[in-house]
Amino acid sequence: MIEIDKISKLYDGVAAVDEVSMTVDTATITVIVGTSGSGKTTLLRMINRLVEPTSGEVRINGKSTHSVSKTDLRRRIGYAIQGHGLFPHYTVARNIAIVPTLLGWSSEKIDDRVDELLSLFALEPDQYRDRFPAELSGGQLQRVGVARALASRPDLLLMDEPFGALDPIIRAQAQIDLRRIQQTLGSTIMLVTHDMEEAMQLGDRVAVMDQGRLVQYGTPAEIIQNPATEFVANMVGGVDRSLRLLSLFPVSEFVEDGSAEGESVEANTSLRDALSICLWTGRDALPVVQDGSLLGRVTLDAIRKRAAIS
Amino acid sequence: MIPARAGTFGLSAPGVLLALFGFASLLAPFMTLAANRIVEGKGLTAWQLAGPEVIYPGLLSIIIGLILGLFSSWPRVRLAGAVLGLAGLFWLLSQSAPQLLQGAGEYARVSPGLGFWCLLAVLILLMADALTQLSPRPMTRLGLLLTIVTVLFILLGSGALSDLSIMKEYASRQGAFYNAALRHLGLAFGSLAAATVIGIPLGILCYHHAGLRRIALPILSFLQTIPSLAMFGIMIPLLGWIASTVPAAKAIGIAGVGFAPAFLALLLYSLLPVVANMVSGLQSAPESVRDAARGMGMTLMQRLFRVELPLGLPVILAGLRIALVQNIGLAVIAGLIGGGGFGTFVFQGLNQTATDLILLGALPTVALALTAAIVMDVLVEVTQPSQSAQHTQGMPRKPS
Ligand SMILES: Nc1ncnc2c1ncn2[C@@H]1O[C@H](COP(=O)(O)OP(=O)(O)O)[C@@H](O)[C@H]1O
Ligand SMILES: [Mg+2]
Repeated sequence: MIEIDKISKLYDGVAAVDEVSMTVDTATITVIVGTSGSGKTTLLRMINRLVEPTSGEVRINGKSTHSVSKTDLRRRIGYAIQGHGLFPHYTVARNIAIVPTLLGWSSEKIDDRVDELLSLFALEPDQYRDRFPAELSGGQLQRVGVARALASRPDLLLMDEPFGALDPIIRAQAQIDLRRIQQTLGSTIMLVTHDMEEAMQLGDRVAVMDQGRLVQYGTPAEIIQNPATEFVANMVGGVDRSLRLLSLFPVSEFVEDGSAEGESVEANTSLRDALSICLWTGRDALPVVQDGSLLGRVTLDAIRKRAAIS
Repeated sequence: MIPARAGTFGLSAPGVLLALFGFASLLAPFMTLAANRIVEGKGLTAWQLAGPEVIYPGLLSIIIGLILGLFSSWPRVRLAGAVLGLAGLFWLLSQSAPQLLQGAGEYARVSPGLGFWCLLAVLILLMADALTQLSPRPMTRLGLLLTIVTVLFILLGSGALSDLSIMKEYASRQGAFYNAALRHLGLAFGSLAAATVIGIPLGILCYHHAGLRRIALPILSFLQTIPSLAMFGIMIPLLGWIASTVPAAKAIGIAGVGFAPAFLALLLYSLLPVVANMVSGLQSAPESVRDAARGMGMTLMQRLFRVELPLGLPVILAGLRIALVQNIGLAVIAGLIGGGGFGTFVFQGLNQTATDLILLGALPTVALALTAAIVMDVLVEVTQPSQSAQHTQGMPRKPS
């Protein structure tokens, strides 16, 4: 568990981060979202003390980040950034091995870990281990950057706009991969983005920042349904709100007994996609299947009910 | 490096230019014959030098060499042309000198003339252009340099050129020449070593402290703008005063004139390139790389030795290269204040209006500076951190 306790950072008397408090649960993804200059990066960098807070405290599993040295703290916290920051003169394997090497792991243990991570990120170890960053594509660089941040099994992974440099298709894939890997490893992740779509997609919980202050902290559904301020409402988008909300839920949560005509949908399809299919094919209900067996149906009525902002 | 592929018929544009300039140079006096080492000599064109058995092979080699230099798509042929031309040039020089001296009097002197120097420059440029086209690997370049230096030493040692005026100047002061050479090297490399010992830590400090950087770099830039004569001029009273007030300083050889002020002046001149390139070398690691290194928990020293120095090494070495080449040239001025080195001959020659004595100081200086530049360039290139597997593993070659 990460506890951020009334943390502030002043630059020349102006607060870049203003008394932010929040608690992050283990094995979840928390996304910090806000416009440019709202203090997201500063907040994130105060956690691994790349920026020293002016006041306040951060505790990881109950222990203050000031109870250990900066370097020890940072070696326990993964750090992935927009420009990936891979060392251009190190091979992929050596890049991933940086923190384990600093921690004094044995070379066999490091080699095993490197191969394990490369496989996890769908990079064939034999093919990619000895390549240099200059020989990788943008998407591959980004994956190696995240693999490097996870190498020493950190308590916490900090990511600052990790997908910012990727084009939309690769970006969507990277988000899916991150979710998958986070669930596989049970990692705790704090991720900064200025893209509300990404925040909604990835976050178990989302923290919205505005001018250095934390204006709302909750699940994506809470934030869409009850935006705390005008600013948050603008960020989640006026007309799109209902569709955004629908995209958060899979049809499996809304299956009811009964039959329906036509082609079926998978249980993990989002309500938003199901709605789109209903409208496109002119049906009022869709059959839902999971692993080839019929679960029931999802109706247009049920979708409409969920979309209404109460 | 883009091979020069200009012009029609596959003619090399620089080759054409060099050939035209080379043929024109053949019309200029190739050598001069003077009654003694002070007076101005009489110019002789290449075909006035000696009998046909000397002139024809020489001229033919030069002309064929220049023509071979024209073919842009055959860099090896161009290189061979340059070598052939140079051989012809030195053939003419060495074979005609004894013939010209015959019956010209006891004190007569022969020297290379304008035409020789122009052709030498043209053929060296042709060679350089052909080599650029071939873009040899660093180690090949070093091998070539070694070959050229060896050939030069054999040529000078063989006595083939000993009838030339400059070699007579050399022969009459061999001992002084070696002392000057040692002193010159001592000044240039010694001051570079001192500048490195001071400049590298200073550069690291400047890199970390913006405040120090803002003070130190302008001061070093200012030192660099002081004209060299003025700088040596300042050193004389300054060190003279130190020597007269601090007995210990005098005991270790510090004095207003001689080695110490020359050394100090060169040291001050070389600090700017060393420190400035140190700072920009360390800064050359991308911002995201430095940020990631810090974020992963690398200490200051780990970042310095594993990231900033390796990535900045080419730039840092480029700074040392600038300082070294600059020092080799500037060390000539040391001759003026009794600091020794090749400058001694230059200034003696200027006093006596003996051109060949000036050249005895100037030519080795130029050769030394060129050699240092080439060696340092190779060093800069091989320290380029490998950023692709081709450098480390060697790609499998395509069968061709
Ligand atoms: N080192 C610094 N010195 C002065 N001001 C800073 C510094 N770092 C950030 N700021 C200011 O703090 C505010 C928040 O910046 P940042 O945390 O980078 O925002 P975000 O990541 O949300 O775009 C900005 O107004 C920025 O100008
Ligand atoms: Mg930011």
